[in-house]
Amino acid sequence: MTVDLGLSTDQEAIADLFGGFFAKESPTTVARAAEPFGFDAGLWAKLVELGAPGMGSPVGIGGGGASLSDLVVVAEALGRAIAPVPLIEHLAAALLLTDADVVAGEAIATVAVRPTDADGLWRLVPAGAVADVVVGVDGDELVAVRSEPPMVAPRNHAAAPLADRSARTGQRTVLGPAVEFVPVLDRWKVLTSAALVGIADAAMALGVQYVMDRQQFGVPIGSFQAVQHGLADLPVMIDGGRLLTHKAAWAIDSGEVGINDWALNDITDGSTLASMAYVFTTDGAALATDRSLHYHGGYGFSEEYDIQLYYRRARGWSLVLDDPSVECLALADRLFGAREA
Amino acid sequence: MDFSLSTETLEFRRTIRDIVQRTVTPEVIDRMHTTGTFASPELNAELGRHGFLERAVPGLGKGDPIELWVLFNELEKAGAPYDGPAVALMIAGVVNALGTDEQKARILPSIISGEAMVAMGYSEADYGSDVASIKTRAVKDGDEWVINGSKMWTTMAQAARWLILLTRTDPDLPKHKGLTMFLLPMDTPGITVEPVHTLGTEVTNATYFDDVRVGDEAVLGGVNNGWRTMTTVLAFERGVMGGSNAAVPLLRHFHDWAAAEGLLANDVVRERLARSVIDMQVAALLTQRSAWIAASGGMPGLEGSMTKVFAAEAYQRISRWCQQMAGPAGLLQFHEAGAAGEGFVEYDARHSPVVTIYGGTTEINRNNIAERHLGLPKSR
Ligand SMILES: Cc1cc2nc3c(=O)[nH]c(=O)nc-3n(C[C@H](O)[C@H](O)[C@H](O)COP(=O)(O)OP(=O)(O)OC[C@H]3O[C@@H](n4cnc5c(N)ncnc54)[C@H](O)[C@@H]3O)c2cc1C
Repeated sequence: MTVDLGLSTDQEAIADLFGGFFAKESPTTVARAAEPFGFDAGLWAKLVELGAPGMGSPVGIGGGGASLSDLVVVAEALGRAIAPVPLIEHLAAALLLTDADVVAGEAIATVAVRPTDADGLWRLVPAGAVADVVVGVDGDELVAVRSEPPMVAPRNHAAAPLADRSARTGQRTVLGPAVEFVPVLDRWKVLTSAALVGIADAAMALGVQYVMDRQQFGVPIGSFQAVQHGLADLPVMIDGGRLLTHKAAWAIDSGEVGINDWALNDITDGSTLASMAYVFTTDGAALATDRSLHYHGGYGFSEEYDIQLYYRRARGWSLVLDDPSVECLALADRLFGAREA
Repeated sequence: MDFSLSTETLEFRRTIRDIVQRTVTPEVIDRMHTTGTFASPELNAELGRHGFLERAVPGLGKGDPIELWVLFNELEKAGAPYDGPAVALMIAGVVNALGTDEQKARILPSIISGEAMVAMGYSEADYGSDVASIKTRAVKDGDEWVINGSKMWTTMAQAARWLILLTRTDPDLPKHKGLTMFLLPMDTPGITVEPVHTLGTEVTNATYFDDVRVGDEAVLGGVNNGWRTMTTVLAFERGVMGGSNAAVPLLRHFHDWAAAEGLLANDVVRERLARSVIDMQVAALLTQRSAWIAASGGMPGLEGSMTKVFAAEAYQRISRWCQQMAGPAGLLQFHEAGAAGEGFVEYDARHSPVVTIYGGTTEINRNNIAERHLGLPKSR
């Protein structure tokens, strides 16, 4: 065991497989065509054929036995393609589900990232419009609720299939006490972080390509230093976000109790790192999409150019949990101890 | 990816923490801030005695870049004066990579024992970012080289035994081609050092060369090959030797003060501290990546540029936050009653502006990233 910050051979293969899959099956025309609802059933069916929904489930129940670190590679590829499929939510929820149809992906599962309100409703659940099973916290219980998905979503910024779901109607199974939701939510944060890294990376690539192609004053706008420097801030946000996301996955996969020694910058606790990765990558994706859109000039503001698709998702995927500043406060509790009353 | 340190590296880290705790006392830190010489002979000697300097020199001893990273990361996080040993090791690495056997035998032992420090003379009053245009001349005279000119910002020249010096040996060649690097003793006749005082207390210098005579033994890396020597140095500098976790000790000072003042109940303070911890973790990971690239046989030049831009700006942001959050107590200097973070909050606010300037400004690094990472056309 020693520092190795490259992908494993298996992960290289996963990156190739899913990079290729999404490039072929989910070019941005697919994300566009799925708007405003944000779900492409045909694309999901192809993922089911690949065995992607069960990738993270144990081999013993028909899953692929992949580590969270492996799934991070998949999620980044999904983000890069802004693929309109709820794979991240499903992979997170599947941590606690053994139902054969969930492992196979015939039933879609999702995560209610925030607890129920007073009426027992989970509000604006990611993939809530399409999921057959919702895992989340209701009071002091962690439950899985199976019910008919509404298949409609309120029109929203990210064209995401969000919906309110009830924790009390449908087939309700208690999975354990509410605290057992933590690893599910950590997983969701890590995979969402990876997807945001993918979004940022694709947005940067679009920006770089555009400034090389677009000419003003007789030269590519990418030869102007102001434009170059705005873009030069992006790779480090992307690489930093990727490293932090992988570190979180590594910590969670290790199954060990980590430490939170911020005073010596020695942090190996999985939940803490998941939270950090989530906050950092929301910023990275926002920055990359802002800058890239801006350097498209007026065309960046037009529907026709793809950067707006990334811009909206960078914000939408970041906000379904809550204002990342709220996450920072939860992180502060972990790092510095809860606030004294 | 695997982020775990080997048992051996962990042991190495434990020993460093122990050495730092014993040698970098509050008195040593205080002396740094009164004299302006940011070095601790006690620390250097102790690291030397343990063989840690030799062990960390790139290409020498164990030469494990992960250990090199751990060494400087630990020193930086502890708030220890690490610039001195960092420069010395960097130059030792270059001597080891490009020097003759005679140079290695003559120079390296003094560095790896922790005794000798090295000053770097690249920048001049009129040439900083455009360092390849420097004018300090070295002219061959029989068996000797005669050096005339002046350098600006020769940090540590007041205490160093060695000087690495970039000169122009052929003014007729294109600017990058006619340069030669020398490595000479600071006490060579004809060298004068004058202090330049800075905002961050640390004293740097202007150094003058008046018919300074050295032999061929002082040429490092070949005549008219100075730019290559320079890039080797910079690759080490922007790589793994500290400079990315400067805010960690500041956060500790600020946090402890804020806790005592009851400021930790404030959401704004909590959010900013949490964001600061995230940035320092990312900066550490980026530096660790450079170390890992070097350990896998690569040259982390470009990654170093990326890390430097990010880490420098994060440190500036954090030092500004800490000073703001401290209110008027953030204005008070060392030894003043009520100074936030024992005066470090004020000190870091004064020190942090330099990190986007020295060792290649953030603009120069962004140029590098734009051209070499993003493949954009040269803008200059
Ligand atoms: C405390 C301190 C210690 C130092 N120690 C050493 C040392 O030990 N040895 C040594 O040799 N040097 C040392 N330096 C010098 C340092 O490396 C230079 O200050 C630095 O390279 C910048 O050069 P300059 O100061 O001449 O600024 P300039 O090059 O004049 O730059 C001024 C501004 O213009 C910008 N700029 C310049 N060129 C470009 C461009 N092409 N594109 C966009 N913007 C540009 C810069 O980014 C900067 O913001 C030290 C400096 C300081 C302040």
